Amino acid sequence: MSNIVEVVNLTRSFGDFKAVDTISFTVKRGEIFGFLGANGAGKTTTIRMLCGLLLPSSGQANIMGYNLYTDYEKIKATIGYMSQKFSLYNDLTVRENIEFYGGVYGLTRKQIKEKTKELLESLNLEKQANTLTAALPLGWKQRLALSTSLLHNPEIIFLDEPTSGIDPVSRRNFWLIIYKLAEQGKTVFVTTHYMNEAEYCNTVSIMKDGKIIALDSPARLKSTYKADKMQDVFMRAIV
Amino acid sequence: MLQVENISKSYLDVNALRGVSFELNKGEILGLIGPDGAGKTTLLRIIVTLLKPNSGSIFLNDSNIIQNRTLARTQMGYMPERFSLYQDLTIQENLIFFGELFGLEPEAIHNNMEKLYAFSNLKPFYNRKAGALSGGMKQKLALSCMLMHEPKVLILDEPSTGVDPVSRHEFWKLLHLLATEGTAILVSTPYLEEAQECDRVALINNGQFMALGKPDELTQQLEAELFEITSPTITSLYEEFIAADYRNNIELFGYALHYSDLEKIGLKQIQQNIKKMKSPIESIKKISPSLEDVFLHYLKGTHE
Ligand SMILES: Nc1ncnc2c1ncn2[C@@H]1O[C@H](COP(=O)(O)OP(=O)(O)OP(=O)(O)O)[C@@H](O)[C@H]1O
Ligand SMILES: [Mg+2]
Repeated sequence: MSNIVEVVNLTRSFGDFKAVDTISFTVKRGEIFGFLGANGAGKTTTIRMLCGLLLPSSGQANIMGYNLYTDYEKIKATIGYMSQKFSLYNDLTVRENIEFYGGVYGLTRKQIKEKTKELLESLNLEKQANTLTAALPLGWKQRLALSTSLLHNPEIIFLDEPTSGIDPVSRRNFWLIIYKLAEQGKTVFVTTHYMNEAEYCNTVSIMKDGKIIALDSPARLKSTYKADKMQDVFMRAIV
Repeated sequence: MLQVENISKSYLDVNALRGVSFELNKGEILGLIGPDGAGKTTLLRIIVTLLKPNSGSIFLNDSNIIQNRTLARTQMGYMPERFSLYQDLTIQENLIFFGELFGLEPEAIHNNMEKLYAFSNLKPFYNRKAGALSGGMKQKLALSCMLMHEPKVLILDEPSTGVDPVSRHEFWKLLHLLATEGTAILVSTPYLEEAQECDRVALINNGQFMALGKPDELTQQLEAELFEITSPTITSLYEEFIAADYRNNIELFGYALHYSDLEKIGLKQIQQNIKKMKSPIESIKKISPSLEDVFLHYLKGTHE
């Protein structure tokens, strides 16, 4: 399997504080990569760099062969990204949001029309197409946000805490979509504070204070930390 | 301490709450769990008198607070789902600001700040502006600001969303400490392992309480026996179960599947039935249900 993300000694400072401190890792094409860590460990900062939204202070990384320093415009246009903050417009309707993001990703008018229909159907949101996004339950909003970040059919998608604050049923539904994406060959890079969800990843990285302190498959991490669950792995790794 | 009687609330044509009643005792932690849109936030906002109910009453130590909102505002601390910090103030300035707002003496402010740093781990960053914090750090700061004041009743709306597991653990230690000091705490949460930490839990759906009791009592109400099945390829095993029409029996629980024996066929028969599965099965054993099992059970079929 080839690598879709390669990161070598990536660092990002704010003033003299190193938010991300010489981290290195690779992500294989088609895997679900769980990017865990304590609050403030540097997960969002790393993701923003990998998505071409923030320049590194030093280190190297390439995404699908694109270089972080020179090809960030290309990266932004080809990857999918769902940010930690809710990214849809609450005061647009569901349909308007899909159309808006279709435009952002450079789809043609015809493609936007087709995609909108397809998404509304697959999300079961046909009846809500003309409701304001603000009025949707959070679980649905997050599924809508995910779908809009997939409009341009990216090979890799970065999801920053997509399931935070949504209820256990919606959370399971959201993960079922993640498996489907992985089955279709997409690479999913995802952060979460729910350790149950970490169990479903092919590879898990755990960050603390800007550094990666553990990186392996859940099964091997559990045997390294002599733990039955990822919850215990996390508690033992971080403390 | 707090008595909530038959609260109803509707927005336009939606009944957000339909007759909710319960009591919150001194020193008690009551957890509120329910799916998105069940009415949790509406209920909490009514209790802190930010919203008026259509009917029902709320008593705080025998005074009706719907008629006496000042009382509610001075005796209760409320942490809304979205809480605005002063983005241009540092962590420490935010904490002091809220301490002063709540009328604390400098010494009390200092003591509380130290106590809260112990849970939040934010002390090394005391001089950083709130606007430059990570999502979870902001959430922890918001919580700390609210906890600067020591109200008799604490109302928390999903306080630990986005907070990492280690800090969540510390946060609950702090809540237990406040409860032993006599604070009554009402807290909604999407983390069901947290609900397990509460003295009592209310499960709310469609604006009504579906169950209310001690965590143990709620889990004992599940009639079907529950089995935990582990496999190295848990998600493919799950998909096989779904394909084989076990949708009502099976739930994903991260490292394992939970199988509820609704048809009461017993372990032997279940083992027989799952022999046909292609995914390897590591172990199957009877377990006692958790609150998450109860939650999923009550919500089956009613969700989405
Ligand atoms: N613009 C900035 N100026 C100063 N510090 C910053 C800035 N942006 C981020 N930081 C700091 O960088 C660190 C990493 O933040 P980041 O958002 O990447 O954490 P995270 O791992 O995503 O945490 P969480 O789990 O809470 O979302 C934090 O200490 C944060 O305060
Ligand atoms: Mg983050």
